[in-house]
Amino acid sequence: MRLLAWPYVGWMAVFVVVPLLLVLVYSFTSGDIHDVSTWQFTADNFARFNEPTYLKVMGDSFVLATASTSICLLLGYPVAMIIARADIRYRNLLLMFFLVPMWMNFLLRTYAWMSLLSPNGLINRGLQALGLPILEIMPGPWAVLLGMVYNFLPFMVLPIYTVLSKIEKPLLEASSDLGANKFLTFWKVIFPLSIPGVVSGITMVFMPAVSTFVISSLLGGSKTLLIGDVIEQQFTYERNWHFGSSLSIILMIIILLSMAVMSRIDRKPAEGGRAV
Amino acid sequence: MGKTLIELKNLTKSYSGNRVVDNITLSIRENEFMTLLGPSGCGKTTTLRMIGGFEDPDSGSILFEGHDLLPVPPYKRNINTVFQRYALFPHMNVFENIAFGLRIKKIGKSEIAERVAKMLRLVDLDDFGKRNVDSLSGGQQQRVAIARALVNQPKVLLLDEPLGALDLKLRKEMQIELLDMQRSVGITFIYVTHDQEEALTMSDTVVVMNQGVIQQVGTPVDIYNEPINRFVADFIGESNIMEAVMPEDRVVVFDETTFSCVDTGFAPGEEVDVVIRPEDIRITVDPADGQLQGTVTSVVFKGVHYEMLIETKHREYLVQRTMMFPEGSRVGMNIQPADIQVMKKGDR
Repeated sequence: MRLLAWPYVGWMAVFVVVPLLLVLVYSFTSGDIHDVSTWQFTADNFARFNEPTYLKVMGDSFVLATASTSICLLLGYPVAMIIARADIRYRNLLLMFFLVPMWMNFLLRTYAWMSLLSPNGLINRGLQALGLPILEIMPGPWAVLLGMVYNFLPFMVLPIYTVLSKIEKPLLEASSDLGANKFLTFWKVIFPLSIPGVVSGITMVFMPAVSTFVISSLLGGSKTLLIGDVIEQQFTYERNWHFGSSLSIILMIIILLSMAVMSRIDRKPAEGGRAV
Repeated sequence: MGKTLIELKNLTKSYSGNRVVDNITLSIRENEFMTLLGPSGCGKTTTLRMIGGFEDPDSGSILFEGHDLLPVPPYKRNINTVFQRYALFPHMNVFENIAFGLRIKKIGKSEIAERVAKMLRLVDLDDFGKRNVDSLSGGQQQRVAIARALVNQPKVLLLDEPLGALDLKLRKEMQIELLDMQRSVGITFIYVTHDQEEALTMSDTVVVMNQGVIQQVGTPVDIYNEPINRFVADFIGESNIMEAVMPEDRVVVFDETTFSCVDTGFAPGEEVDVVIRPEDIRITVDPADGQLQGTVTSVVFKGVHYEMLIETKHREYLVQRTMMFPEGSRVGMNIQPADIQVMKKGDR
């Protein structure tokens, strides 16, 4: 059986470990990217990050990712709950409503929002027809936020739905039997038992949201620069792979740190017991 | 035993056209240990769940101390339940599980600690407060579930096959423990089981149900000795059941033999069912001394007694005796008048 693990190990080595090491090497060197002989070891790439422009971009990325994750949680939790509580016959249908848009290409969906939100797009023409003021959020951070919530919401709904649907009904009856009304049952039984789903939902939304560049470059325009955009620019237009790599490393470390914090919350004992 | 605590009046409940509980009327007194007994699907659990508030009846009413219980949601009923699979909260330890109801009622910390500790002592789990519920054995989880319900000092405890998941030895121990607990806390227990032996061992009153209908209500002794119909006789213990005719009071005829019995009140010539418990048939060595004659066809040693099948011209009788008669031997059988239980032919 152990032999069967080798293809995976090989895959991981070639496509994960080696590229990561390459990124690490790039991030600690400078010089012509095509000529290794010009490379010199340096930590300047990391020092350069300390400039206000980059700090602001990183800050903006975090604010937008946090906001979109929060909105996804607030919208996604009730949705997951409704689906988990629905009659078993309709559950798959309801889930499909959420999943079908995901089958469509990510880029296409974001382009669709672009045309919907554009100054003379469908939404604004509708608003105008009703005599309402038009929405001018695109390009800009609000449009980016909308795009993030729209694209990443299923990643919040699915894990929460999974844990909620596994909570056994007798537990809810027991809670009610012991004097808890619906609200207290939610607060003392359902929510604590769903924390693992919430944590993985947050992780699955926050990570792509903090590093996205497609949504921000399509819906945000030049006004909304995120860390993903900056990294992309460094690799494409600026052709400074060294600085791009160091920005990636910094982003990775920050993501890893926030994941570590999340997993602590996951394991935090809830009221003298432990979260499952 | 005290006054009436709960009254069920003409309760009926159907699931997709299927009548699970059919017009049940029953009253339960204070401090009573009442068992709803019947095969699976007889409506006993549904009846219990209606008392707990987890199902609403289609028609009929439930009175609790004379007040209508149906509009009261489960979380406001002074009734607690021990669920079939315990339903302990997996994210809480033993202490927190038991304290759950008290915390909801916003009882002070020190009182909670005191009452939970007292419950842990009652169920013999003193040092288990900090343990995780899934590290406990089935029997221990069971006891936590009982403690979690009892700590709220309900007037009534509902138990839905609480010992069903335990092995035989543990089940017997828990039966005795539960009985002790019921006597020491002095509250009404309504207990659901399909195990007739459990019902006979523990209850003050047994309610035998079948197909959503109450067949018989009585003490364990009544139910065993005087089953009201074929179903009850067959479900409770082992029995020989045959069709018979009563030509007159205190006389019954079956297997072409006339027996005297103690039953009266049947129409002359009425067709009836007769039940005779296997331990009530006496065997005579000389076939001529018996009212019935037959041949022993099988002998099984059961510990306390031998279980023998004796074949007569008409049927096979199941007989339990402490004395063994070898297979193939020709014997006689006698039945005392008091040991013949005559039952109306059941419409069900």
